[in-house]
Amino acid sequence: MCLALPALVVALEDGDLAVVDLGGVRQSVNVALVPQARVGDYVIVHVGHAIGLLDPEEAAQTLALFAQMRGGQPATAA
Amino acid sequence: MKYVDEFRDGGLARRIADRIAAEVDPARRYHFMEFCGGHTHAIARYGVAELLPPGVRMIHGPGCPVCVLPIGRIDQAIGLALERGAIVCTYGDTMRVPASQGLSLTKAKARGGDIRMIHSATDALRIARAEPQREVVFFAIGFETTTPPTALAIRQAAQEDLANFSVLCCHVLTPSAITHILESVAAHERGAVPIDGFIGPAHVSIVIGSQPYEPFARDYRKPVVIAGFEPLDVMQAILMLVRQVNEGRFEVENEFTRAVTRAGNRAAQAVIDEVFEIRDAFEWRGLGEVARSALKIRAGFGTFDAERRFDLSYRPVPDHKQCECGAILRGVKRPTDCKLFGTVCTPENPMGSCMVSSEGACAAHYSYGRFRDIPVVVP
Repeated sequence: MCLALPALVVALEDGDLAVVDLGGVRQSVNVALVPQARVGDYVIVHVGHAIGLLDPEEAAQTLALFAQMRGGQPATAA
Repeated sequence: MKYVDEFRDGGLARRIADRIAAEVDPARRYHFMEFCGGHTHAIARYGVAELLPPGVRMIHGPGCPVCVLPIGRIDQAIGLALERGAIVCTYGDTMRVPASQGLSLTKAKARGGDIRMIHSATDALRIARAEPQREVVFFAIGFETTTPPTALAIRQAAQEDLANFSVLCCHVLTPSAITHILESVAAHERGAVPIDGFIGPAHVSIVIGSQPYEPFARDYRKPVVIAGFEPLDVMQAILMLVRQVNEGRFEVENEFTRAVTRAGNRAAQAVIDEVFEIRDAFEWRGLGEVARSALKIRAGFGTFDAERRFDLSYRPVPDHKQCECGAILRGVKRPTDCKLFGTVCTPENPMGSCMVSSEGACAAHYSYGRFRDIPVVVP
């Protein structure tokens, strides 16, 4: 029910709408809840609405934390 | 898909599993509740439970809006379609939830009810505009993730003076449900399970932020780690919970920093607050009546409240006698403890709500886990 996916904003349109790219599929979604969204941002889409923005720097940091484990080094407390 | 595939790396999951195994104290057991159905689904689908050491047990929580929706509410929606002639619009997950007299919204549709599955609240507005001579009711369920779009739809209907549109509001609140569970654990209620920490919701937290969980950590001395819905997120959150328990800490930590902030989405909170207010009490399947645990439409938007417009009153209906959904939703029983599991009750023909949504504990275990319970016998 709370299923939501990260999607790339490719165009902003009138009436709080935006076109997003969801893994190659283009879809029109409502961005009224994320008025700061711009083309090139990743938004999190749920029931046809963007409910939040995805922070690429934070995503990179989380992935870097995982990558540290791959290197076999003991991960320090997060 | 970017920001999804990277968080499903099996090799890395094993690495995190090794860390968890290395850091758990073999002398103790760890009971963690994943509140959300989204996490329950990920744990079953990706075999997360099999990657954990025997001392770590995951308990499924009640965070599946379809699962906690009581029969009485579905009866109301069916009544609106069959007896009042309204077009009832709802999300797909709600369609098959068992109601009274062997009915569901799907079966009511087969009996001639005009029930339409929609993808977004805005679809219900579109139907109302297209059929001005008919009453159109949006049967709205869900936690805080799903609430803001409903609030936007009601506000839009008010702006357009859409006279034939209303909402049967069954939106529920995550923090109230967690408090309810913690209270029953603290009161040592019969059958209450010990819980050493929580995996906090992913998408609910995008909306409400991490701040609302701080009282649980403080007052009930339970660690909370907010986690994304991908398997690596869940594994990392379990590792973070193990560390908190080992170090005697009880804090709110955020693994899902790529989407969740402490304050949450203020624009979404503002529209929720504009349109909705807290109900005194709401019945949850499994938990019973929980005080201040759901939302109702504010009087200012009262013409869009289906309960007012159709003068509905709520009548609670007990679940099927043999169905263990209630105990499963409280984390007291597992799906396989239910006599109906996998025999009479299957995803194709669910008897209880936990078998309906793919996020329900029973449906998740049926789809991904039931063969793991059967020992391999070589003749």
